[in-house]
Amino acid sequence: MRQSNAYVIGFAAILTVIIGGLLAAAAVGLREPQQKAVKLDTRTKILSAVMEIKEGDDVNQIWEERISSLVVDIDGDVVERLDDGTAVIAESIDVGKEFKKSPQERLFPVFEFKGDNGEIQNYIIPVYGNGLWDRIWGFVALEKDLVTIKGVRFDHKGETPGLGARITDGEVQDRYIGKKIYNNVGDLVSVQMMKAETGDASIYDEYHVDGMSGSTMTANGVNDMLMRYFRYYSNYFKTIDSADQDEIRKAEQVDEVIEDQQPMKENVQTEEVQ
Amino acid sequence: MSAQIAETQEIKVAKKPAEALLSKRRRKLLVDPLNDDNPITIQVLGICSALAVTSQMLPTTTMAIAVIVVVVMSNLIISLMRNIIPSRIRIIVQLAIVASLVILVDQVLKAYAYDISRQLSVFVGLIITNCIIMGRLEAFAMGNKPYDSILDGLGSGFGYAWIILTVAFFRELLGSGAVYGMKVFEAIGLDFPNNGLMVTPVGAFLILGIIIWVQRTKTGYVEK
Repeated sequence: MRQSNAYVIGFAAILTVIIGGLLAAAAVGLREPQQKAVKLDTRTKILSAVMEIKEGDDVNQIWEERISSLVVDIDGDVVERLDDGTAVIAESIDVGKEFKKSPQERLFPVFEFKGDNGEIQNYIIPVYGNGLWDRIWGFVALEKDLVTIKGVRFDHKGETPGLGARITDGEVQDRYIGKKIYNNVGDLVSVQMMKAETGDASIYDEYHVDGMSGSTMTANGVNDMLMRYFRYYSNYFKTIDSADQDEIRKAEQVDEVIEDQQPMKENVQTEEVQ
Repeated sequence: MSAQIAETQEIKVAKKPAEALLSKRRRKLLVDPLNDDNPITIQVLGICSALAVTSQMLPTTTMAIAVIVVVVMSNLIISLMRNIIPSRIRIIVQLAIVASLVILVDQVLKAYAYDISRQLSVFVGLIITNCIIMGRLEAFAMGNKPYDSILDGLGSGFGYAWIILTVAFFRELLGSGAVYGMKVFEAIGLDFPNNGLMVTPVGAFLILGIIIWVQRTKTGYVEK
């Protein structure tokens, strides 16, 4: 009796309904804490580009006190509402989804980090691109002159552990601190990670950082990602008063720059990596 | 790995009425998998996750807890249902129960331990395919009472847990110079170079091999 086909089918059907119901209930019940967890994680990453986040810090509180955000388009104009009238919130923009659109249609979030006196100290922008195996992304914090890098946080989906995955190491990310993305003649040069690893930071100028041994392809991806996003944001940078306009727009001290640039030119890869 | 499931089937225990809560037989259920019949080192099950998640202590601890929860709960559920499960689809039923429990664990981790769930990534989902769990269900829970099945699940779960925690301890200590993220060598003022080999799965193989070696020297177990 128990082994009849009807029993087997009935048993399977009832089991499926019970299990399905249970899982659906769990998914719905846990959705809110899950979304909170993702949000907290993003906020932690953004904040950690400008400051040390210690275990036990109330990230949400720091966020509320320190961060204000806005959204700009490729021309540097602030976007407040979409065409259909819905308000744009910087935090809920999925940079990965935007990445699939053409740059002209993309929305670019900007997070402003305020110091103790309430003045904006740093601008944090999200970056997104392709590594060797899969997507890479991160946040770049710029000083208020919008030329000097305050800090970077990179993350990746599938770079090789121990090689390309080192972009998530604090030691590698710290190499970017204090580097400059505009040269003295106002050209956007971004910061290039070099091929090969010397372990000696002093031999690089303000626009280059030491490479990661064995992960040139990931480094190329990072270079490309940074270059593109600095370019996307460059129109917005020009609208900011505190920006170092000398470096961003005007040409000065031309000869010094050419000297700086020359020796490394051959290794620099600025072509588009797809 | 399915060939090894057969090995676990020898642990069929005869039913006896009214037994002490922790009688000698039941204690054996609990203690045997910790050493003499360890799922990883003797039965060689669950190796995949033992290699993959053991580079640091914290995710490993989470993984161990997750596996214990899943193996105990699925043993209990299957044991409760054992008399109504049609034997022709019993494997599918077991799989459905295990898969549901694993998804629940994964959802809870995503909600309350987001960082760790990202580190463990697919390996939480892969608990479904962990042969320890299906092996226990098929070999034990299908033929034994709920309480015995819980003990058996706890035994197997902890047998898995202490091995992967030991592996993780040495991998994190030698690979990153830390235990639970605390830099021990730096703390005692020792300049110890990190061993990159230990961070890769190869390190897990080496340590697992050494554990098995030591264990078999002590117990005298020889594979037939």
